[in-house]
Amino acid sequence: MTADGYNFGYLDEQTKRMIRRAILKGVAIPGYQVPFGSREMPLPYGWGTGGIQITAAVIGPGDTLKVIDQGADDTTNAVSIRNFFVRMCDVATTERTAEASIIQTRHRIPERKLAPGQILVYQVPIPEPLRWLEPRETETRKMHALREYGVMHVKLYEDISVKGRVSTAYDYPVLVNGRYIMRPSPIPKFDTPKMHRMAALQLFGAGREKRIYAVPPYTDVVPLDFEDHPFTIETWDQACALCGATTSFLDEVILDDRGRRMFVCSDTDFCQERREAGHRGDGGPNPLEEAAE
Amino acid sequence: MYVATKGGEQAIANAHALLAEDRRGDPTVPEITPAQIREQLRLGIDRVMAEGSLYDPDLAALALKQARGDQVEAIFLLRAYRTTLPRLGYSEPVATPEMRVHRRISATFKEIAGGQILGPTFDYTQRLLDPSLAETGEIADAPAAGQGVAHPLPRVADTIGREGLLEPDAAEQDDGPIADLTREPLRFPADRAMRLQALARGDEGFLLSMGYSTQRGYARNHPFAGEIRMGEVAVEMVAPELGFAIDIADICVTECDMVNQFKGSKTELPQFTRGYGLVFGYGERKAMAMALVDRSLRAEELGEEITAPPQDPEFVLYHCDNVEASGFVQHLKLPHHVDFQSELHVVRGMRAEAEKALAESPFKEAAE
Repeated sequence: MTADGYNFGYLDEQTKRMIRRAILKGVAIPGYQVPFGSREMPLPYGWGTGGIQITAAVIGPGDTLKVIDQGADDTTNAVSIRNFFVRMCDVATTERTAEASIIQTRHRIPERKLAPGQILVYQVPIPEPLRWLEPRETETRKMHALREYGVMHVKLYEDISVKGRVSTAYDYPVLVNGRYIMRPSPIPKFDTPKMHRMAALQLFGAGREKRIYAVPPYTDVVPLDFEDHPFTIETWDQACALCGATTSFLDEVILDDRGRRMFVCSDTDFCQERREAGHRGDGGPNPLEEAAE
Repeated sequence: MYVATKGGEQAIANAHALLAEDRRGDPTVPEITPAQIREQLRLGIDRVMAEGSLYDPDLAALALKQARGDQVEAIFLLRAYRTTLPRLGYSEPVATPEMRVHRRISATFKEIAGGQILGPTFDYTQRLLDPSLAETGEIADAPAAGQGVAHPLPRVADTIGREGLLEPDAAEQDDGPIADLTREPLRFPADRAMRLQALARGDEGFLLSMGYSTQRGYARNHPFAGEIRMGEVAVEMVAPELGFAIDIADICVTECDMVNQFKGSKTELPQFTRGYGLVFGYGERKAMAMALVDRSLRAEELGEEITAPPQDPEFVLYHCDNVEASGFVQHLKLPHHVDFQSELHVVRGMRAEAEKALAESPFKEAAE
């Protein structure tokens, strides 16, 4: 029991057991969406309730938790979720990717390569990769069962023939373990290759849609593409203005109403570690210089 | 120089302090108590309990106070709390024919056995603002509620049912195991018990509009208000150590039996069919809307042509829960700058390609 009188992890033990069973089924069938009795949580649907329920079901007193949103530990929703677990579990938290045993994330995979034994928990808004092509759940479940994925390839092909490229920028569909097409949650394309044969366990929770799915360690996760139009990721001409990194996902920060901008690492821990190791960026445009002009 | 923003934590704490201050309002006005809300804003409480799926007027009053009167927020608070309650067991079905009735009307017959009982209704009030309510004061005595009301009151549907003009009660047709929407995910095809559970906790506004649309020609099914009754029913539970059912609570519910036309089919004679609504508390508008939507969702079962959203279980059931809908709509407030950055890449890339193609086009000069 916590100080507030709630059970460890907020959920009662029976509910946690039910969620763990769903997780185990998900791990046994990589990429398959397992329906589960998702509960109302004290945070709103769409704000990470699926991820929170997974974390609540797998976390123990010895765990160290890291929570990120858009790659950063200090975004408001990440702060709120981290505070929730501190209150409900009294566990240790960290901003260091390397030190965390569980990392709950929204929209990013950390830049640092994850290690065996770590668990990455994704918050998923819409778990069904075929949803924009077929709104009915009864249909899409059939399509998965029959491996009837033609519509998805046609969609990608049409993108290329009409727009010259696949226009999906994030939540890019992947094939897991050669069997199920899966939504990786709204991570940028940039992060998709990190999922392939990742050493950490990847768990996905969609609370409102009541689905859990998983990618066990070292599982094949391949973005859908064509031989003559291979999958590509975002690249930047700039380096991070703070740490000088050229290999990380960069956020574009607008500095003023004249359109001046700078680019900084979206992964705040990655950026911080590099700066501590002595790396420096160019600091971005200097507003004082501009004022002097 | 730009420094990565820190301080989400402090900003949240400040926002919550502001919220508490705004909730209190002008401190020279006495603070409202949950007991006042419970007693004087009872219909607000009833809706919070119904859609919050938890019958507890005190907690509902607390939730409404905490939510500053925002019903959907109060419903959310109650739902999040009920998550932490263990499921001890399931009650026996409540017997609404045994209800201690406060209100009971039928639009299908002028006179019904037991009589039409108006009860504490807004109906037939003229909606003129009453300035006397701006002041506090004594109210005139009302005739004692429930006086002279027969008990138990037979259900109107049973009267029509005797002639075979009305299909039998669903409860009489189906005695299979009943799923529990609060413990299991919604799955399709969803049986009627599952659908009714979803509708009972569904958003009143959503169901009202859905039901209303069936009256305006979308999935039209000619409803009559067979009976609407409101009052207290006993909740009974079988205690395993006793082996028989005991009363654990009395709750107030509103029930609506809607009677709808049915043309008949190859195997069945024309008869009236039913739409059913049942909600916690005094929630007549919700119970009626629920009954309309329940009936329209039976389109497939009754072999009717499916032409409109109120007949589509996936459409109605996936979108009627306001806790789900409110959360997901409002999650758009959360930062999405990483995804937006990726979109910028795609759009900039496409524009650059198009501009390049235009610049290299042999028709460029002609076009200019």
